[in-house]
Amino acid sequence: MSFLTGLYAFAFYFAALVLVAGLTWKVVQYARTPAPLKIPTTPAPITGGGVVLRMTREVVLFESLFRGNKWTWIFSWIFHFGLFLVTLRHLRYFMDPVPTPIAFIQPFGIYAGFAMVLGLAGLWARRFLVDRVRYISSPSDHLILGLLVLIGCSGILMSFVVHTDIVSVKAFFLGLYSFDLKPLPADPLLLLHLSLVAGLMIIFPFSKLLHAPGLFFSPTRNQVDNPREWRHLAPWAARFEQR
Amino acid sequence: MAKATFVVPALRQYPQVPAVTPGTMAHSAPFVAKPEFQSPLGFPGALADDWQAQAITKMGELLGKYRSLRVYMDSCVKCGACTDKCHYFLGTKDPKNMPVGRQDLMRKVYRRYFTLVGRIAPKLVGATDFTKEVLDDWYSYFHQCSQCRRCSVFCPYGIDTAEISMAAREIMDSIGVGQKYCNEIIGKVYTIGNNLGLPGPALRDTLEGLEEDVYDETGVKVRYPIDQVGADILLVTPSADFFAEPHVDGLIGYGKVFHEAGVSWTLSSYASEAANFGMFIGSYENMRRISLRIREEAIRLKVKRIIFGECGHAWRVAYSFLNTLAGPWDFLDSRYPVPQHICEFTYDLIQQGKLTFDKTQNDDKVLTYHDSCNVARASRMGDQPGGQFDIPRAIIKAVCNQFYDMDEDTIRDRTFCCGGGGGLLTDDLMELRVKGAQPRVEALNNVMQEKGVTHMAAICAICKSQFTKVLPYYGMEMDQIVSLHQLVSNAIVLTPREDDDEDDDEDGEDDAQALDDDDSESIDEAA
Repeated sequence: MSFLTGLYAFAFYFAALVLVAGLTWKVVQYARTPAPLKIPTTPAPITGGGVVLRMTREVVLFESLFRGNKWTWIFSWIFHFGLFLVTLRHLRYFMDPVPTPIAFIQPFGIYAGFAMVLGLAGLWARRFLVDRVRYISSPSDHLILGLLVLIGCSGILMSFVVHTDIVSVKAFFLGLYSFDLKPLPADPLLLLHLSLVAGLMIIFPFSKLLHAPGLFFSPTRNQVDNPREWRHLAPWAARFEQR
Repeated sequence: MAKATFVVPALRQYPQVPAVTPGTMAHSAPFVAKPEFQSPLGFPGALADDWQAQAITKMGELLGKYRSLRVYMDSCVKCGACTDKCHYFLGTKDPKNMPVGRQDLMRKVYRRYFTLVGRIAPKLVGATDFTKEVLDDWYSYFHQCSQCRRCSVFCPYGIDTAEISMAAREIMDSIGVGQKYCNEIIGKVYTIGNNLGLPGPALRDTLEGLEEDVYDETGVKVRYPIDQVGADILLVTPSADFFAEPHVDGLIGYGKVFHEAGVSWTLSSYASEAANFGMFIGSYENMRRISLRIREEAIRLKVKRIIFGECGHAWRVAYSFLNTLAGPWDFLDSRYPVPQHICEFTYDLIQQGKLTFDKTQNDDKVLTYHDSCNVARASRMGDQPGGQFDIPRAIIKAVCNQFYDMDEDTIRDRTFCCGGGGGLLTDDLMELRVKGAQPRVEALNNVMQEKGVTHMAAICAICKSQFTKVLPYYGMEMDQIVSLHQLVSNAIVLTPREDDDEDDDEDGEDDAQALDDDDSESIDEAA
């Protein structure tokens, strides 16, 4: 086993641990923090089913953002949908045998990489061109965009220009499941791609990427509008009544 | 036109998003509460030496008590969708009045003390220590948010800046930096029963005066009862309805509707306030204490139903929070929602054909309707989502012949705040109020030009007081803002009853003015 293989194996074990543990910690924290008052942004659904629909529209279509800003919406939707397809496509490197749907979307997933980078470029451009967005951007906002763009570009380059030994890459990752370290090809582009992805996994639970789980816990979006029908009482608020 | 010491924004045909101009409102801050206004609410009177540690501890406590705060501190991706949505940003150009700019005042402190990256590399994520300068910024800009929730409509994660400014005010109160306007008013509710500090005798005088006025005008004896044990309905209305214009015309209207409905109803001198300023300062305890007065009165007066008068933030607390804060309401008549809005009550009667209107009585007006922010985005009327938009409009159309809506981008859940909500309706924030009203007044001006609209109806005491005050800055008349039930009052055809012929006015003279001009000024303030 080469030093490189060992290093990347360690990096991905570590990144996966941080991602899973960190996200679990945040999700548990969100779930355990009470929402003491009914605060859905109205008009809001008056049934649980309605809330599921509202949330689905937010997650899949970015409904609120669509109403808020069309440019940001189109770029971010292109980016996220591209990322979604790219991620699905990559599952083939982590599964054996490859399920039919994953095999089916391979060609779409490859071109979705371009969509992802295009969307990111549009979002990044807004951080320079729109004075309001420029004002609210901090270095970390630029760095995360840079990180994603580099991940996308290095991936596209491997797909179309400088191919890597993808069979070995797959063997390396499948081997990680059973702590059986298979050699990782030492292509610079691949190593860059993988280290950036590990980096993304590590920063996920500590950065604004928490917007992904956060959306599901947002009281203005996930609450049913029924305060007159059902009495809503948080445990800490119920203690006032026992006095 | 009212005199201004600042530049009143221009009204344009098409709205424009201003260029970011930092610091234009850094000087704006309301008067700080003196210790005597802090202690009745359970807050310290002044900053202690270790205020910073106290504030961080309080922030940690709130992060554990409010999921909204916890999730919203983490979730913002700085996408910018909210940046052009706040009326205070549009009117002042100050980037700290962009919703995300305002949130970041707290987020940068949160990141410094509660996140890993903020502790290690604060500059990377824009984290800073909680210094006195930051606290001053908090005091200034968290009192430039009317908690109208317009930003939360457009945020992809539903981040509600109102939640954050409420938490910020709660933290500041807990270290002794309170706002005079809100905290003084809450004190008045505790000692007297309403925001204006109107004692029972003054209320009774006013209501007797109203009965006489209505009798003189219509020849029908419409009652305005108070503290009547055994009435069916307890009406809780903002105390501005007792004296301020055009609020009182709305109260006259409620009475006429109750008269036609043939129901028994009463006001209460103990729970003589619908508004609940506890929400503005983010204090669950104070909000609960104020709400419990209504429960106590409902029990004492043995009523069966509770109805709220026209008031925006009050209706939010009533509709969304009252069951939580002061429920359960199982001792009331379960056939009716608790509480009900006066508009729901009137609308139901219209649907049942129990009210007769002479719409021509409002023919001197061409109406538009201002959706009050907290009714629009934080509550509901009726049993369908969006009833809070449709029911008031249906009432207006039932009592007026001429009605036009303002631009779609400025009504319903995209409505602009009047500029005076959320505890900002005070003279020490006049510049902010005038500038914050600009987007709404601009839309109003456009329907005035295009459709010949003359009056704007509203169902919120704050909106009514705010527009009465700020419309003149834009060259409009203060009486262009009207109460919705004032329109109902004008058009409703009253049914005479047997005892209407007897004149039971014994004293025969004009009732003493309960308040002089100076006081009515402060009423306007406290609405």
